[in-house]
Amino acid sequence: MTKQAWPILLGLGLIVLIALPLVAGKFGLDLAARIMIMAIFAMSLDLLVGFAGMVSLGHAAFFGIGAYALYLLSPQYGGASLFLSLPAAVVAAALAAFVIGLLVLRSSGVYFIMVTLAFGEMFYYYANGARWLGGSDGAYVYQRPSAGPIDLGQGHAFYYLVLIALAASYLLLRVILRAPFGHALRGIRSNDHRMRSLGFATPHYKLLAFVIAGALAGLAGYFDAAQFGVVNPELFGWRLSGSVLMMVILGGMGTIDGAILGAAVLVLLENFLGDLTTHWLLPMGMFIVAAVLLLPQGLIDPASLWRTTRARRHV
Amino acid sequence: MSDTLIFFLIQLLNAVQYGLLLFLVASGLTLIFGIMGIINLAHGSFYMIGAYLAFVFADVTGNLWLALAIAVPLSFLLGLLLETLLFRFLYSRDHLYQVLLTYGLILVFEELRGITVGNDVHGVPVPHFLDFSIPLTATLSYPAYRLALSVICLVVTALLYLLIQKTKLGMAIRAGAFNREMVQTLGIDIGLIYRLVFALGVALAAFAGMVAAPTTSVFPGMGNQVLIVCFVTVVIGGIGSIKGAFLGALLIGLVDTFGAVYAPQFSGMLVYALMAAVLIWRPAGLFGATAR
Repeated sequence: MTKQAWPILLGLGLIVLIALPLVAGKFGLDLAARIMIMAIFAMSLDLLVGFAGMVSLGHAAFFGIGAYALYLLSPQYGGASLFLSLPAAVVAAALAAFVIGLLVLRSSGVYFIMVTLAFGEMFYYYANGARWLGGSDGAYVYQRPSAGPIDLGQGHAFYYLVLIALAASYLLLRVILRAPFGHALRGIRSNDHRMRSLGFATPHYKLLAFVIAGALAGLAGYFDAAQFGVVNPELFGWRLSGSVLMMVILGGMGTIDGAILGAAVLVLLENFLGDLTTHWLLPMGMFIVAAVLLLPQGLIDPASLWRTTRARRHV
Repeated sequence: MSDTLIFFLIQLLNAVQYGLLLFLVASGLTLIFGIMGIINLAHGSFYMIGAYLAFVFADVTGNLWLALAIAVPLSFLLGLLLETLLFRFLYSRDHLYQVLLTYGLILVFEELRGITVGNDVHGVPVPHFLDFSIPLTATLSYPAYRLALSVICLVVTALLYLLIQKTKLGMAIRAGAFNREMVQTLGIDIGLIYRLVFALGVALAAFAGMVAAPTTSVFPGMGNQVLIVCFVTVVIGGIGSIKGAFLGALLIGLVDTFGAVYAPQFSGMLVYALMAAVLIWRPAGLFGATAR
């Protein structure tokens, strides 16, 4: 795929998403919203994994915080105010990312993977046992939030809100990555020591990236809780962290567009396999194993399949 | 002795037993990382598989020891098979792909377990001649199997130490962790060494699951629970260090057991707080050389 074709494809995709409510039914729109929510989540992780080289396996912690924030801010039988609850959820996730980032960024590489996983699980076990968060059963968010006169439970309001959030997150990440900050992150990924000797305070850059990623993950979690009307400890869990990492890698990390593609493929696959069999995790797992062995560059570059087989033949 | 002191001693025994068991699982994880550079998320699944094998074979044979004799070689074989078919291709790949592939494996193992044995919670009976409690005071006693469990774990730990420190094979293993090419140049088949170490790690984790089965129930998700604690153990001890894993496991055993008794409201989180504290103090763990 050539570089020039991307903006056209993106524009087409956006038009399709805007026009989708005209043709798709409720099921299709819900699925599309789910894909967009997971795309925001996957993009946020891609900032860490694909650009700064920080492989977090506990990213669901911030997703969960965003979701639980909506639950806590919703009155028992009414909807929360969007203008109050959404910023609050994002800020809560960002704050948590700041505190956790201070701790986990002391480590790198494999340590970072293990420590982030452990912190994510810490949230899981806490929510699992905390009665004020609904314990292991979770809790219901009875009504979607409302934005002034617009009720997100009515019509296509929620769908369009998620679409706007996706577009805004995409643009934000694009701008960040084109700015000097983004170039510094890429530099840190390829050589932390050299960046430091060039005078960059790399820990600050990493922490800022971690906080931005956490905030966007919180945004995605907020929408997740709003869409399904339920929160439970699984939202913090390693399985979600793993599957979002899958989306990033499968889509091809280091490409924001790839994260969206990965999210779409994985959510659709989940849906399709889930309809086919109750044991859908088995083919899913086998798909992941096969993808790692056969597609080193991710789905966004299928040509890599051909390259690996060819390379093997030459060995 | 007073009852409070005896109670304290019982908790101490529990803590040591939990720590030793944890070490058996964590040692495989840290060995596989230290020697082959592989981060293996599916390691907890081997613990789960061990427990279920013990359940199935103990049910068929009616004897836990017989079940062990069948299931331990079986899990060793599973390790050999997995290394040959999958893990061999991961050595040169980035940690990221190792995480991903082993994550996929967890899903496969969990579903296969669900299809073959189901999702029910099971129990494994304690062997007959150990099915009694040692009375300590009028009201307090200690189950004999738990005591035996600690002894078994200690014996296996000692054997592992001897294998790695005192045998030719152990020497090759340690050398392989240090410099792969040099070992190969000396005419040692490093591929074979890797395969054996991986299978040993799998067998250790599965063995831990088997002997733990009579004290805990056998349930879905037990593998992931133990995996996370093992990660914490290895991070505290320093990745790749067996000595560190041993100390880390005992520390976690103590913190977790006494935390549950004296600060039950925080019990689930104390282990992570311990990890955070160690990380602030020593980012590479107690015995880690450098943060990699």
